[in-house]
Amino acid sequence: MSKFKKKKGGDVPAVNTAALPDIVFMLLFFFMVATVMRENTLMIQNNLPFADQVEKLDKKDLVMYIYIGKPSQNYKQYGTEARIQLNDKFADVSDIPAFINAERASKREELVPFLTTALKVDSDANMGIVGDVKQELRKVNALKINYTTKKGSVFGRN
Amino acid sequence: MAKRAAPEVNAGSMADIAFLLLIFFLVTTTIETDSGINRKLPPMEDNDEDVVIKQKNIFTVLLNGKDQLLVEDELMDLKDLREAAKEFLDNGGIPKGQEGYCSYCQGKRDPSSSDNPDKAIISLANNRETSYKQYIAVQNELVAAYNELRDRRAQELYGETFAEMEANYNDVNWPGNKDKLKEKIEKIKVEYPQKLSEVQDTK
Repeated sequence: MSKFKKKKGGDVPAVNTAALPDIVFMLLFFFMVATVMRENTLMIQNNLPFADQVEKLDKKDLVMYIYIGKPSQNYKQYGTEARIQLNDKFADVSDIPAFINAERASKREELVPFLTTALKVDSDANMGIVGDVKQELRKVNALKINYTTKKGSVFGRN
Repeated sequence: MAKRAAPEVNAGSMADIAFLLLIFFLVTTTIETDSGINRKLPPMEDNDEDVVIKQKNIFTVLLNGKDQLLVEDELMDLKDLREAAKEFLDNGGIPKGQEGYCSYCQGKRDPSSSDNPDKAIISLANNRETSYKQYIAVQNELVAAYNELRDRRAQELYGETFAEMEANYNDVNWPGNKDKLKEKIEKIKVEYPQKLSEVQDTK
């Protein structure tokens, strides 16, 4: 009768988790490669608008970033109106020429004409402040600008 | 000599360490957006000489503080803007045989609209209260109108879209002749030049 004895123990064998580290490492490497450390800590809300006719900004080192938006939760004391942020600090429209000149001075001279100003403006900001910024940029002859947007249709989003 | 087998290292906690790192990178990752609409601002120098532009060659787009759109003195929905702009740019109002005739236009040839794509200018004015979102949407639609016309023309001439040609031009691994491609791109740009002027703050 011992030939027909049941196999001992009815419980499920443990799942082999030897390959788990491999999978986790795979994910880890993906994120390590894809991560771009932020240069500036944002102090404003920056929910970019959508557009679909976009061009890619290449040569990241030749881009100057100007952020505009409402101060975020932690900086409520700066009011609820849209503000400009340059290099980790809130700034005024009149600070822009100095900022542009400082950026230009930090680049090699032959690269200065290729500098682009990327305007990262919150969707809820109004055009008044953007117009002022554009006016300042014209004064210092920084004419190449890029309205940074997310990729997507402009319709049906609020 | 007795061979002593090295004890196996327990790798069980390797996953934990990897997880720790993974979670760190997950949290710190911000996928940066690095694309947008490129524009060129007009230089500051004020030239006093007024250039006379015929009214029919200007396509006025007004954006008010409530994000409403007034196109050629008529209220318009954003979704109709692209078609309207294309119709205006592609009109080619100068009759055949006269100077400035646009042989590649497929528009209505309405003499009361733009003469040819080279003369046609889109003028965009916005208010201080206009929301940035709406402004970008309008810019996007106007750029789209130009791009669609350029794509169509490129398709006719070279059998590929303008966007593809530009992508090829910027691609370092593209095997073809870049000088020739550049010439083609320039030709299309001359045929449908992007003439988008912005009026400073209407109060």
